[in-house]
Amino acid sequence: MEPQIIIARRIALELRDHMLVNLGIGIPTLVANFVPKDLHVYFQSENGLIGTGPVPEEGMAHPMLTDAGGRSVGALPGACTFDSAFSFGLIRGGHVDMTVLGGLQVDQHGRLANWMIPGKMVPGMGGAMDLVTGAKRVVVAMQHTARSAPKIVKRLTLPLTSMRPIDLLVTELATIGFPDGRATLLETAPGVDVATVIAATEAELIIADGIREMPT
Amino acid sequence: MKARSVSEAVERIPEEASLMIGGFMGVGTPERLIDELVRQGKRGLTVIANDTAMPGRGIGKLISAGLVARTIVSHIGLNPETQKQMIAGTLAVDLVPQGTLIERIRAAGHGLGGVLTPTGVGTLVEEGKQVIEVDGRAYLLEIALRADFALVHAMMADYFGNLRYALTARNFNPVIALAADTCIATADHIVPVGVIPPDDVMTPAPVVDVLVANS
Repeated sequence: MEPQIIIARRIALELRDHMLVNLGIGIPTLVANFVPKDLHVYFQSENGLIGTGPVPEEGMAHPMLTDAGGRSVGALPGACTFDSAFSFGLIRGGHVDMTVLGGLQVDQHGRLANWMIPGKMVPGMGGAMDLVTGAKRVVVAMQHTARSAPKIVKRLTLPLTSMRPIDLLVTELATIGFPDGRATLLETAPGVDVATVIAATEAELIIADGIREMPT
Repeated sequence: MKARSVSEAVERIPEEASLMIGGFMGVGTPERLIDELVRQGKRGLTVIANDTAMPGRGIGKLISAGLVARTIVSHIGLNPETQKQMIAGTLAVDLVPQGTLIERIRAAGHGLGGVLTPTGVGTLVEEGKQVIEVDGRAYLLEIALRADFALVHAMMADYFGNLRYALTARNFNPVIALAADTCIATADHIVPVGVIPPDDVMTPAPVVDVLVANS
């Protein structure tokens, strides 16, 4: 299975019935493809939509119905639209149950850097700082390393997104939680052993009792 | 409400004006006003918006034409031309968290001096800002943001200038409409008064100063 699919499928298992969920661009967007059949999940696009649905068939796109990346999307029955101030009221106000974002680095206390690489990539933070600060639960989807350099680090070298630590990190190798503010290995992906995860991680990892195999 | 031609509407905008422009990646942007700004070559503009779209679309056209001196936005990642001009030093770019940007604009339009937000505390965004504690939690004081002109795009306008937006094309539009000295609106459809039911009016006519007529 491709790393992105392993990550997206695992995160989809965090979804609960009637949750309001915001998915970022990239791997997080794929989570919507793996919603368990018996759940009704409300997906928010921060450009002003709850009830974001699958990309419409060829020729059926509406130019004024898009996601936060500007892509044409559909709207599910029960969808609603609103302006940007309301949209970020939902986000900062704690009304979004879960946000899933990409990451550049996560430190051993669960703090996230995901919006710029000084001198190289300065796209702007968009809604990321508000989402990490305000959502009830923050889940990060990212590959475990970048060209074999660790992304789960002792100390961030890239600019922080928010003081608020994330709740869960899912990579193609492992699921990591942050109880008591310390990176804790909870699950390893099928066929991956603990030593492999530790070798690919710069941060100090607490190894939870009874590590499970990551369900996919 | 007197409808104006698009050229008359844009003639009211001086060079070096500050403009708030609706749209999210070009969706909900008044393209006719953008095209006319490019045609009339209004230089030295300050553009306040969610993003700079992409080359050839919406605000991207103003950037590519070299008409923008400064921009205050939350995202420029999909417009390489913005990044190029920023690195070359010909375009000043202020990056603001999206929720903070829209709330600063909302504050201005609603007569507030600013807002307290937890977003950005302890990050680069905090630099130079006052941190205020309320009930033990730290907030940044983010001051209100106004402009000379708001350029909005609606799906429907009636003859009075009541506006109704469509789907995700609403985004910044109704918020910026209140935060500028002059609000200029374009619409896909201009309809008789009464066609937009009262509950569906999202920007009331009295705040719209100029409605751009069909050409």
